[in-house]
Amino acid sequence: MDQPTSTNAAVHADPWDDLRRHTAARLALGRAGDSLPTAEVLRFSLAHAQARDAVHVALDTTALQAALGDPGNASGEALCVHSAATDRATYLARPDLGRRLHADSADLLRARASAHDHVTCDLLLVIADGLSSLAISRNAPALVAAIRAGTPADWQIGPLVIASQARVALADEVGELLGARMVAMLIGERPGLSSPDSLGIYLTWAPRAGRSDAERNCISNVRPEGLGYEAAARKLWWLCGAARKLRLTGVGLKDRSDDASLTADTAAVIPPPA
Amino acid sequence: MAYRHSIAQQVWQFADLRELMAKASPARSGDLLAGIAATSAVERMAARMCLADVPLQRFLDEALIPYETDEVTRLILDTHDRSAFAPIAHLTVGGFRDWLLSAQADEAALTGIRAGVTPEMAAAVSKLMRNQDLVLVAKKCRVVTRFRNTIGLPGRLSVRLQPNHPTDDLRGIAASIVDGLLYGAGDAVIGVNPATDSIAGLTRLVHVLDEVIARLDIPTQSCVLTHVTNTVQMIEQGAPVDLVFQSVAGTQAANAAFGIDLAVLREAREAALSLKRGTVGDNVMYFETGQGSALSANAHHGVDQQTCEARAYAVARAFDPLLTNTVVGFIGPEYLYDGKQIIRAALEDHFCGKLLGLPLGCDVCYTNHAEADQDDMDTLLTLLGVAGISFIMGVPGADDIMLNYQSTSFHDGLYLQAALGLRRAPEFEDWLRRMQIAGDDGRILPVTPQHPALGALRQLKVA
Repeated sequence: MDQPTSTNAAVHADPWDDLRRHTAARLALGRAGDSLPTAEVLRFSLAHAQARDAVHVALDTTALQAALGDPGNASGEALCVHSAATDRATYLARPDLGRRLHADSADLLRARASAHDHVTCDLLLVIADGLSSLAISRNAPALVAAIRAGTPADWQIGPLVIASQARVALADEVGELLGARMVAMLIGERPGLSSPDSLGIYLTWAPRAGRSDAERNCISNVRPEGLGYEAAARKLWWLCGAARKLRLTGVGLKDRSDDASLTADTAAVIPPPA
Repeated sequence: MAYRHSIAQQVWQFADLRELMAKASPARSGDLLAGIAATSAVERMAARMCLADVPLQRFLDEALIPYETDEVTRLILDTHDRSAFAPIAHLTVGGFRDWLLSAQADEAALTGIRAGVTPEMAAAVSKLMRNQDLVLVAKKCRVVTRFRNTIGLPGRLSVRLQPNHPTDDLRGIAASIVDGLLYGAGDAVIGVNPATDSIAGLTRLVHVLDEVIARLDIPTQSCVLTHVTNTVQMIEQGAPVDLVFQSVAGTQAANAAFGIDLAVLREAREAALSLKRGTVGDNVMYFETGQGSALSANAHHGVDQQTCEARAYAVARAFDPLLTNTVVGFIGPEYLYDGKQIIRAALEDHFCGKLLGLPLGCDVCYTNHAEADQDDMDTLLTLLGVAGISFIMGVPGADDIMLNYQSTSFHDGLYLQAALGLRRAPEFEDWLRRMQIAGDDGRILPVTPQHPALGALRQLKVA
């Protein structure tokens, strides 16, 4: 008996597949009648399945803590918090709830802050599932290691915080309760079909509830196929240094980490409180 | 004025027309997020029953967003045509639904009342209509527009060729254009969403698209979808701009968040008209809209997102666009949660747009965090095809690698044309035949490596 074959006469091939060298677009897919060939239907559906799983797979905080190693915390454990969005369906439909801490988590952070007599830190790292827990499980451990390795001598990093069902702005409340001078949110980005595991970093000076997105600096597409961990950590530390000098983040802090000069356009933002 | 309706001895009360409309709206996440949705299924039905008894005239007497503070409200009321309204002036919202579905409301009658229908009237009646009603009435509406070809003729479906590239690589964009043209797509427009915001980069894209269209003598138009003020600047500098693009919304405040007002749009249209680049008509604007844009700009005034969307169509129709596109599933699940909500919203948008006289197309699309998949898009695509949608998007393999969402593919366009016997814009169809890309029946022909069209496309020098 002949072997079944996936290349059959029912599929018209498109003789311009060489153009794919210019773009990642799904070109020259060929057709079965007017429709997509089976192989592409399956390939596309797999990419969608990966992106869907990235959105819906819950962040495994236990495994993440193990992978992160020393949380920089006396108790040996990272602080795990949860947003006011109780489940994924609520999280997706109510972005406002994802930006606020659940009452129990707020209490936990308050207790922690008073137990340590409100000792402030220079930089707090919050690691959050966002829209892709896959981005965190794949990229956060190596990225955090790179950030820690690059810590300047006079900088104190606060305890690691892991947040579930979180939007970017949740870090404002976390940073405020823990008395952080600035907070970096490492969060799973909205997954694309060809990039289900992209991680974003949002840096906010003087975090407090109610900060707007215009008051943050963003480093996006952190993953091995995009911006690498070392490069992302360097960029973050550059922004941290600039933020400390300028006492702000956001539109007034232009990312010139590539040319390493530091200037501020302070007219565009309201200065944060001292 | 308060509105009341009793069901089984329970009196449901609604403070004003705005609240009544919001509570009558089919359930969707954006209205829940805004805190204006009905709190129970029965309250929603009470609102609908109450709305059914509201006279259409009421919408001329009670503005949902104040006339004094919102220029979109002023546009709607100041341009309302009393004589066009006369044939339906005696109707309630419920009676309007019956009239729209009746044989009396044929193509001529629907065209006749267009200028007498406000977006709020269209939105109100849509809330009482089932999906099949939205399909049937939209199908009876005829909106035909022209620039270098004719869009919206009966039995026709056009496709926007959307050759986006994450870094605007010109060869990458050209490669996607080649793919689309050989699949018979591009009669609505060849329209690029640019990554750049710089005038120099945008102008480069305008020239490339112009070059492709001119060299191959394609009866279609180009558009670089950047902010209207960028396009005006390019026109002033002599760039060969065909269509002016802008995202528009249904409130003055939401438009302000987009950085526009009606005066800016008027100025842009005048600039594009001055170039006289259309050959068969002078519809020079391309608008995009989408439910949720007013809420996301915190500029909805407590008005439900579907009514805000219909008001955006009042903005669009004031500028005689060639194309208006509702980008229905792009904004995310906090506005339209799942396939059911996306499908319903798209049918509402298409109905309201066509009733108001707009050449409405739809970006049948979803993001990966919405509860939707390709099957939902196939269902919506088919429904819109039956409803007579003017155009859809064509993205290579449905995967937009620049905007990170899934739209419809060139194959999807072929599917809809084949399944429903739809043809392309006649001028473009003739061109495809001349190029031996499509046969006399409009079906795409197989392409060999020696095919003359492929040879001609390969000779395009864009880099």
